[in-house]
Amino acid sequence: MRFKNVFSIIGPSMVGPSSSHTAGAVRIGLIARQLLGEEPASVKIALYGSFADTYWGHGTDLALAGGLLGYDTDDARVAEALEEAERRGIQITFVRGVGLAPHPNTAKLDLTAKDGRSAQLIGASIGGGTVMIHEMNGFTVRCSGEYPTIVVLHDDRPGVIASLTKILGESETNIGYMGVDRKGRSAEAITVMELDSVPNSDLLHKLRQIEEVKDVTVIDLNRKEVKEQ
Amino acid sequence: MRFRTLKELATISIEENKTLAKVMIEEQAAETGVSPEDIFAQMADYYEKMKEAVRKGLSEQNVSRSGLSGGDAVKVLDLVENGTPSSGDPSSRAMAYALAVSEVNASMGRIIATPTAGSCGIIPGVFVSSQERFGWSDEHMVNGLFAAGAIGYVIANNSFISGAEGGCQAEVGSAIGMAAGALVELRGGDAEKAMHAVGLALKNTLGLICDPVAGLVEIPCIVRNGLGAVNALAAADMGLAGVRSAIPSDEVVSVMLEVGAAMPSGHRETGQGGLAQTPTGRKLTENLMRGRKPLEPESEEPVGQNVE
Repeated sequence: MRFKNVFSIIGPSMVGPSSSHTAGAVRIGLIARQLLGEEPASVKIALYGSFADTYWGHGTDLALAGGLLGYDTDDARVAEALEEAERRGIQITFVRGVGLAPHPNTAKLDLTAKDGRSAQLIGASIGGGTVMIHEMNGFTVRCSGEYPTIVVLHDDRPGVIASLTKILGESETNIGYMGVDRKGRSAEAITVMELDSVPNSDLLHKLRQIEEVKDVTVIDLNRKEVKEQ
Repeated sequence: MRFRTLKELATISIEENKTLAKVMIEEQAAETGVSPEDIFAQMADYYEKMKEAVRKGLSEQNVSRSGLSGGDAVKVLDLVENGTPSSGDPSSRAMAYALAVSEVNASMGRIIATPTAGSCGIIPGVFVSSQERFGWSDEHMVNGLFAAGAIGYVIANNSFISGAEGGCQAEVGSAIGMAAGALVELRGGDAEKAMHAVGLALKNTLGLICDPVAGLVEIPCIVRNGLGAVNALAAADMGLAGVRSAIPSDEVVSVMLEVGAAMPSGHRETGQGGLAQTPTGRKLTENLMRGRKPLEPESEEPVGQNVE
């Protein structure tokens, strides 16, 4: 069954005009913000295919900016997101993506934080507001943000994945989907896990204690944004 | 979910003596583990948002960012209130409300996708105008949304609900079928009558292409939402009167799949055919793009893989 419940038929609640070009774009922006872990200082966005051709009339640019500001799909402020980004001093530039993309509606975001940290994400809007993330920080991934998702950056060493899943198992946290990619043998690696429940801070702390783990980030489209310090 | 077809849905409803709405709420609770009360509360919130969209669309001129659409809902409402609509007051009012929600959508206002943003006017148009006319409670209307959702769930999983996959028949057509079947139940008709209304409605939109000018959800989408609301009222009336769909509704859904799969890509939400490629459609598109600086191509190497 492609559509699993009544709210994928009646819903989502969203600002128009297009579930794929607007609601999906908000979600890609929001996931990028969560990946960086804070409000970005500057973002370069490359739009591909139908996103690049029809972004203006669909407000895809406003929607991506809205997501980067932490807005949800039905936040009325999406319509003024670019102005708000400017007020907050966030520099957002749009370019046309070159080459093949994973899907006609694809965006690539390069984010930079105030302290110079960076994050990169490639996401596609596959219809009805549903999105698929294809790349994070140069790693190939596959996740939708519809489930609480843990993104772990770690060294590629034997036993690291076992250590991660052991901690999740001990906290009774079920993994619905898991993917691993690495830059090369014994190089940097990424593990992405979609969970059936929201991970608590104790669990995240334990994951960060693993010697080979460099960073742990949580992606979750259903999470209400907590005011940042 | 215990039902995959409209026939199975109707059979459960009749054999267990439950409304379509009740069946949908129970199945949703079983599928997601969320309580029926919380499921109902979420749908009630969606109905509030639908009413807000109707109000917003009728109280101001909602002009889209492209300038291609806006202001038609108010014109139709004026005809209802100050003139003599040929299709009668209730039909014209449903039409005005549906146009209103679709104009709100086109101008980046908040809507509920039913089942998509492109077809978001039809169900609110039918529901909100009928609620006013018949004096129904909000609770009654929210139950109606579950009935509509149950019908849409079957259509979506046996055919499509997006214009890119199956043309406008999949978006506006599905919404009309959902609204018609739900209205039969709201007015006291049984599940069998509701399912006939779905089939009767869907037959009337089979083959409808998705051909938006400049690829935007405006021309002809908004007008099709307005006319779609009227179709839904008419199909519900046929169902309530006891008219039967000689071809069973599930078979009509399968024809939507057959026709959508055979539809050329130019007629599936690409802006490359149909009304979008008429001389006027092309001119509107050119005007829209004129003076707008195209995106600079990025300088870097191509990214990603062609995985789809």
